[in-house]
Amino acid sequence: MHELQRVSAAPAVAGAVHESGHFVRVAESGLRGQVTLRGDLATPAMARAVNEAVGLAVPDRLRGNFDGPRAVLWMARDELMLLLPHEEARAAAAQASAALSDTHHLAIDVSDARTIFTLTGENAAALLAKGAPVDLSATGFPVGTVRRTHLGEIAIAFWRREETVWEVMGFRSTAPHLAEWLRTSSLLGAAV
Amino acid sequence: MPHRMPEGGVLIDRSRPIRFRFNGEELQGYVGDTLASALMANDKVLLGRSFKYHRPRGLIASGAEEPNALLGVGEGGRFEPNQRATMTELYDGLVATSQNHWPSLEFDIGAMNAAVANRIPVFSAGFYYKTFMYPRAAWKHVYEPFIRHAAGLGQAPTDPDPDVYEHYHTFCDVLVVGGGVAGLMAARRAAEAGAEVLLIEQTGHWGGRALTDTDTLIDGQPADAWAEAMAASLAAMPNVRMRTRIMGAGGYDHGWWLLYERVAEHSPGEEGMPRHRLWKVRAKQCVVATGAIERPLTFAENDKPGVMLASAVRDYIRLYGVRPARSAVVVANNDDAYRTALSLHRAGATVKAVLDTRAEANGALPGEARALGIPVRPGYGIAKVEGTMRVETVRIAPLADPSAVQLLVCDLVAMSGGWSPVVHLFSHGGGKLRWEEEMAMFRPEPERGAPIGPDGSVNTRCAGAANGALAAGDCLSDAVAVGDAAAEALGRQAPPAMPEVAAPAESPMEPHWFTPASGKYAHGNKHFVDFQNDVTAADIRLAAREGYESVEHTKRYTTLGMATDQGKTSNINGLALLAEARGEPIPAVGTTTFRPPYMPISLGSIAGRSRGDLFKVIRETPMHAWHAANGGDFEPVGDWFRPYCYRRAGEDRDAAVAREVLNARGKVGLLDATTLGKIVVKGPDAPSFLDLIYTNMMSSLKIGACRYGLMCNENGFLFDDGVVVRMAEDEYLLHTTTGGADRVHGHLEEWLQTEWWDLQVFTQNVTEQWAQIAIAGPQSRATLAAAGLVLEEGTLQDLAFMRYAPARISDLPVRLYRISFSGELAFELACPASAGMGLWERLLAAGADHGIQPYGTEALHVMRAEKGFIMIGDETDGTVTPQDLGLSWAVSKKKADFIGKRAFDRIDITREDRKQLVGLLTEDPTVVLPDGAHAVAEVKAAGQPMKTIGHVTSTYRSPVLGRSIAMALIERGRERMGEVLDFPLEGGSVIRATVSDPVFYDKEGARNA
Repeated sequence: MHELQRVSAAPAVAGAVHESGHFVRVAESGLRGQVTLRGDLATPAMARAVNEAVGLAVPDRLRGNFDGPRAVLWMARDELMLLLPHEEARAAAAQASAALSDTHHLAIDVSDARTIFTLTGENAAALLAKGAPVDLSATGFPVGTVRRTHLGEIAIAFWRREETVWEVMGFRSTAPHLAEWLRTSSLLGAAV
Repeated sequence: MPHRMPEGGVLIDRSRPIRFRFNGEELQGYVGDTLASALMANDKVLLGRSFKYHRPRGLIASGAEEPNALLGVGEGGRFEPNQRATMTELYDGLVATSQNHWPSLEFDIGAMNAAVANRIPVFSAGFYYKTFMYPRAAWKHVYEPFIRHAAGLGQAPTDPDPDVYEHYHTFCDVLVVGGGVAGLMAARRAAEAGAEVLLIEQTGHWGGRALTDTDTLIDGQPADAWAEAMAASLAAMPNVRMRTRIMGAGGYDHGWWLLYERVAEHSPGEEGMPRHRLWKVRAKQCVVATGAIERPLTFAENDKPGVMLASAVRDYIRLYGVRPARSAVVVANNDDAYRTALSLHRAGATVKAVLDTRAEANGALPGEARALGIPVRPGYGIAKVEGTMRVETVRIAPLADPSAVQLLVCDLVAMSGGWSPVVHLFSHGGGKLRWEEEMAMFRPEPERGAPIGPDGSVNTRCAGAANGALAAGDCLSDAVAVGDAAAEALGRQAPPAMPEVAAPAESPMEPHWFTPASGKYAHGNKHFVDFQNDVTAADIRLAAREGYESVEHTKRYTTLGMATDQGKTSNINGLALLAEARGEPIPAVGTTTFRPPYMPISLGSIAGRSRGDLFKVIRETPMHAWHAANGGDFEPVGDWFRPYCYRRAGEDRDAAVAREVLNARGKVGLLDATTLGKIVVKGPDAPSFLDLIYTNMMSSLKIGACRYGLMCNENGFLFDDGVVVRMAEDEYLLHTTTGGADRVHGHLEEWLQTEWWDLQVFTQNVTEQWAQIAIAGPQSRATLAAAGLVLEEGTLQDLAFMRYAPARISDLPVRLYRISFSGELAFELACPASAGMGLWERLLAAGADHGIQPYGTEALHVMRAEKGFIMIGDETDGTVTPQDLGLSWAVSKKKADFIGKRAFDRIDITREDRKQLVGLLTEDPTVVLPDGAHAVAEVKAAGQPMKTIGHVTSTYRSPVLGRSIAMALIERGRERMGEVLDFPLEGGSVIRATVSDPVFYDKEGARNA
């Protein structure tokens, strides 16, 4: 019987790394657990639910909190996204839902809805600046900042994990487009 | 005769010669040359033919304002017409061709226009308007083809452009446009105050005119040395970004700037390197330090190759080591042009005379010229320039007596009519100008209006020459003040400092708009004002005589300033001539409007990376690669690519679709249904919210049950449909059409956020989270069982139609819906997208013994049409109600309200002659009605209007019925059962079809029992 293998993106995209000949290292970052959490972000129940799931505090507006493979990203005034190991996401969503059962909320495993790329390099911000109308300078976009915006024509979100490490998230169906955009825009000759 | 001097040329590298070609001839230049300087060094004076009269033309300028030297540059896909030779940096192997001539540059048939124009007014002001009126038929057959043949400059490229282009967004405190002394100074002040500065320069080097005009001392240093040191000091500051080869293209609201970078234009074909990069900048403050452009003088035959702007002449000598002539005449109305006489003299050329249109010339620079023995003739002008293809002789005359001509032999005329500040970027954003009489120029008047930022305060200021501060001392003090003002607007301040400037004192310029000539030249029809569009002083005077009062009208009538240079050298001269002809002051005739871009930018730069594979996003399902590898013949659906069918060897589309339909109805078929929209709606108010959204009742749906639902807009028109599943007491899953997912999600959020914000409901678009597969056909249940599907509760056999069940295959959690869009026993199976490909392959393997085959969207459409199921976008077009489609059963009569309910009472919706959905069976079963064919009340002869009573909405060949079927919206359709309708087609034939029930197959639903 055919194996039910889990893959993070289309065959040409999943796991692809572009480094040599590129001014930024671009790598598809594989299966990542993703849970959308919606509700009143200011409540103690929400703080507990987030802490239980990823061991982190609810972030401020346009910010994320990070701890290894776990993170919590501010997505909107009533929406967070949790990042955690892929195999934990389903249970984490159920657990968060249980923790928030007394309040109006939504906790949902969306681990496969988006594909995540990791950009590494001094000039990673310049690569993103080719498509995103966002101030990505060290002062405009300090480490830990999260932004939902667009890259060229497609909807994306990205965050600055470290000074030179960024993660970019796009919808799974657009991952081949996003991957090709990142690949061609990061060629050495296209350094800004 | 122009030639490269044995030494000199601060911008060229004589150790690096490079080859290039012009009109097939191989020539040599140096790294650092522009195409213009390299052509001049090779004595290429004649560079093109003018637009209307095809007059021989050569270089006038050395910068962006060049109106004449527009060349085709590059070959094949890299060919680009209308490139300014002055702005094109020379690279090894560059290929350039001249434009607008036939059969050759030296001998051109089109120049006949000019010959004829001497006797009859061909192409004079308003020529097109006056000439092409009558006879009427001649427009189409004679005039338009002629104009089209003659119109336009250069040839459009025909091959695809192999280069890449991109955009770049950036932000800064202060954007400084222009890297001359004013820009450098203003940037320095803002940077010292601590602002983040972005300083750009359109050429490849810093310093602007300081590189040429080194007789100014700044802080004791020659201007060029000062500029170099200043650029180096700025480069060392961490808060300053400096970029050359970037032009300020446009200024927009609230500090939004468009910049145009030439990245690889001078080195085409480098791997990955974009040819151009379009910068989109948000700047809190902007300093426009774009300098000034020298104006030509208007005298007879002033367009002859060899007549140049005075400043450009000394640029070529100083920057490129090219001496434009052996002997020259300088003609000017100001002191600055004497620098050109001095430069020519020092370069070894003979300056036959400096003709000064002013009555006296007693400044320091004229004095220096006289001391060198250069004849200076105040009160003189040029009566006429002579020569066949270039300047050979010049007839000079006192302005007071144009007939008293004297002949001077020379091969160059250097002219200067004063300077116009480059206020373009200031004006783009709404900056106002005022006419300054003494200096004869428009300069910024921010008191009357200047570009403003988001807080409503001024955010853009001109500095230096762009602000009308032409003299070196004024220029630098203005730049300091403007740099400080930008910093102050940001709450910053630099310690006070002011450079010391020593420069030759200059006497005031005096406006001189028209140099009189005698004989046939007296009227000014060889006094060129707009070189690129061949507009003469006579044209402007004619327009004035014909009643044109405003320059905006005159511009359109004469085409003054309407060419690709947008009148950079011609607007002010044209304006002055119009004012003079009307006897009015210059401000009274108005100014033209400056619009972006400052210079033409490439279309590629606007497209950026959105071309080729990245032209438009193509959304792919998790199974896309399988489809592509297995004959999938794709069609776009929304932004998705879905297989229309899977073609086997030797099969056409029709055969593949027929096979897929018969296989699904006979055995089992598999469809990738991932693209269907999936939206979670959750919250205590979810049931009542969905009752308002859908026309039918959703609050009564049992947990685990599915219901087909309709969504209308507030006009009562159907806009989306799909199966709704109740997952829990407070949670629903909405399925939408493929193309409607985002629209429906937006619709839900709009109503929630703007009207029903008190409802406790969350909506989440989870379309991308799930891969979804439809399994249809008599063997579908057996296939699922063979795949190892196990329901969490109950059995597959017992799962009723329109029920949902959580299930698993191996350890993969899946969702099973028993729903059918084909009328067959059918299921849809959803799993997390990461496992989609695996599940697809698992089902194909499991169904192999049962004859499973994948089917595409067309088989899906055929099967739904056989069952009379509607398709959003086929049976609906934004004007169709559920009732029109016979879907009244899905419109609640019990609910107090829902979107569209009020509209159902409107007269137009309740009238009895609305179009209604019916089936159609053609009399000849082999004939398939064309999509959209109209039914008419009565067939009339071709060309006669016929009353239409409806149209075909879906039409197919049904493989299972062995005949054509169609659906149509027909007036009072349901009353017409059995009636035969006529569908006249183009060409006169008529298809006849009988009105029937829209359900063609398995009316009783036995197949999905």
